[in-house]
Amino acid sequence: MLFNTILLALRDIRRNVMRSVLTILGIIIGVGAVITLVTIGNGTTAQVTGQIASMGTNVLMISPGQHRGPGQDSAAPSFTLQDVQAIRKEIGSLKAVAPVVSANATAVAGNKNWSTSITGSSNDFFIVRNWIIESGRTFEQAELLTGRAVCVVGQTVRKNLFAEDDPVGKNIRLGKVSCQVIGQLQEKGQSSMGRDQDDLIVMPLLTVQRRFSGNRDVAGIQLSVEDSGSTEQATEELIILLRKRRHLADSEEDNFNVRDTKELAAMLTGTTKTMTALLSAVAAVSLLVGGIGIMNIMLVSVTERTREIGIRLAIGAFEHEVMLQFLTESVVLSSLGGIVGIIIALISSYGITLMLELPFLPDFQIIIIAFLFSAAVGVIFGYFPALKAARLDPIDALRHE
Amino acid sequence: MTATAENAAPPFIRLRGITKAYGIGDALTYALHGVDLDIAKEDFVSIMGPSGSGKSTCMNILGCLDTPTSGQYLFGGLEVSRMSRKQLASLRRYYLGFVFQGFNLLNRTSAIENVELPLMYRGTPAKKRRELSRQALKIVGLEGRESHTPGELSGGQQQRVAIARAIVTSPAVLFADEPTGNLDTSRSHEIMELLVGLNQEKGITIVMVTHEPDMAEYSKRIIHFVDGHVATEKEAA
Ligand SMILES: Nc1ncnc2c1ncn2[C@@H]1O[C@H](COP(=O)(O)OP(=O)(O)O)[C@@H](O)[C@H]1O
Ligand SMILES: [Mg+2]
Repeated sequence: MLFNTILLALRDIRRNVMRSVLTILGIIIGVGAVITLVTIGNGTTAQVTGQIASMGTNVLMISPGQHRGPGQDSAAPSFTLQDVQAIRKEIGSLKAVAPVVSANATAVAGNKNWSTSITGSSNDFFIVRNWIIESGRTFEQAELLTGRAVCVVGQTVRKNLFAEDDPVGKNIRLGKVSCQVIGQLQEKGQSSMGRDQDDLIVMPLLTVQRRFSGNRDVAGIQLSVEDSGSTEQATEELIILLRKRRHLADSEEDNFNVRDTKELAAMLTGTTKTMTALLSAVAAVSLLVGGIGIMNIMLVSVTERTREIGIRLAIGAFEHEVMLQFLTESVVLSSLGGIVGIIIALISSYGITLMLELPFLPDFQIIIIAFLFSAAVGVIFGYFPALKAARLDPIDALRHE
Repeated sequence: MTATAENAAPPFIRLRGITKAYGIGDALTYALHGVDLDIAKEDFVSIMGPSGSGKSTCMNILGCLDTPTSGQYLFGGLEVSRMSRKQLASLRRYYLGFVFQGFNLLNRTSAIENVELPLMYRGTPAKKRRELSRQALKIVGLEGRESHTPGELSGGQQQRVAIARAIVTSPAVLFADEPTGNLDTSRSHEIMELLVGLNQEKGITIVMVTHEPDMAEYSKRIIHFVDGHVATEKEAA
């Protein structure tokens, strides 16, 4: 009996190729769009989250002048190493404090050259910015104190100057300075702003001050707060300390600024959330469009189906057999559409994430929800008109116009 | 009820005071008003009458496809008007065969699949089903047309598929509403001989609507319908 009903349903699907294909198509569109969009959204979110983590957490960046928007910092005296020492001594719950100066130079090794930026700092820099040493070592105390020409290189510099060779122990020339590579940093990839984070050379602070900037200024200070500490409190303390050290009167504005990477992270997360919401809205619309498509095709065929049900009832079908047949048909079509939709969505979103260099993170909960929604639409609109028709007297179903 | 004697030996099919009303309020009209009819087992009855006299309406009620507005319908001693929908479906499935005036075949479905359908609901195994359906199509002269869909068949051929579908189950009673309406004379006589054969050899009770006296001649009895009731009844020669 059940076998026969399934057989009848399958025959019906085959007979009504057009209706079946359109129903399946509606479900494929709905399920496919939702899964693809959500998977891409997930990938983007994960990438941004990863980038925020790679920036270093609980990081504060101090720079001279007032930050009045990008590139609008007003001129102000820079910091000194004494400022750095004062911060280290007087502010609690700091994990690391790194003075930073930078310079641009063209690095040459053998017959290759690469234009990059040089950061002068201490070993604290690696801690603050979450850098991991891939091979080699960080600076020794003596190198820092005497300003030796040694450097740690990022992966972009390594690739452009040494290709696949191990750079540790080799020499690179930076302008007039010949400098020995003592370590290389693990790759971080692009920052959330699209900047290549691995395009850098790190040298001892003193080396850069002497050989490149020609003064003892410290251009910026970067520090990280202990996980248990609060960046807000550290910021407050820093402002009080630096105002005192820079002899600012109460009426004067700060001539430096302290930036919390948490704010940047929050901004980025906010942007990602907006994007995800937008994608979800598009996905919901696709689901609806698919659903309306199914609804339409099912309702259009009601007359024909009602007559067919009349015939079946007239030649001896039981009400429940007719309903079971139509239910089976709806379920088979919906499942088929759902499964094809899921497969297409997974393949296409895999391709898209690969192309956009995003992690591929399908959300199985969404897959199931999208599938159930489309299937429900298919089943409801395939089944209920049939249910109504199966309750008529056969002659009334046959006469249905 | 005075009919103790009647109840003792009820005929196979009995209609008493069957009415059928269409519409409501001012538009209320009666297609049947008070049809009394007895049909014995293995009878072969022709129903004749002018168009609109209620022949089809009465056939639909006899075939358990429609419910009368009032009146009594006994089938093999059972009160049809008291049956549940499921019991009516069982009656149609296991005892009745119906040839519709408008064929009512499934579109886009091959002739043989149309004929197989009632067997499917009876649970006949697939092989047997094929065999019986082939046979039925052969009997109505449609050998070689098994895989044609109704759209690919002429009106007369569709009518014969509908006849094959009704007789494939060898029902106890066959109701046929103008089964030769779309057939030429020689084909009509063939179908009539087929019906006579089914009636005589298999003992199938046949009730047929026709407006051709030639065809009615094949039956044992002719019933005339006028204005929704049985006018005269005379034994066919
Ligand atoms: N579904 C219906 N709704 C309203 N009137 C109907 C319906 N079916 C039949 N009738 C009316 O009932 C009467 C008998 O119809 P029918 O039984 O088809 O006649 P016949 O088959 O003898 O030509 C006719 O007057 C017809 O108009
Ligand atoms: Mg008629």
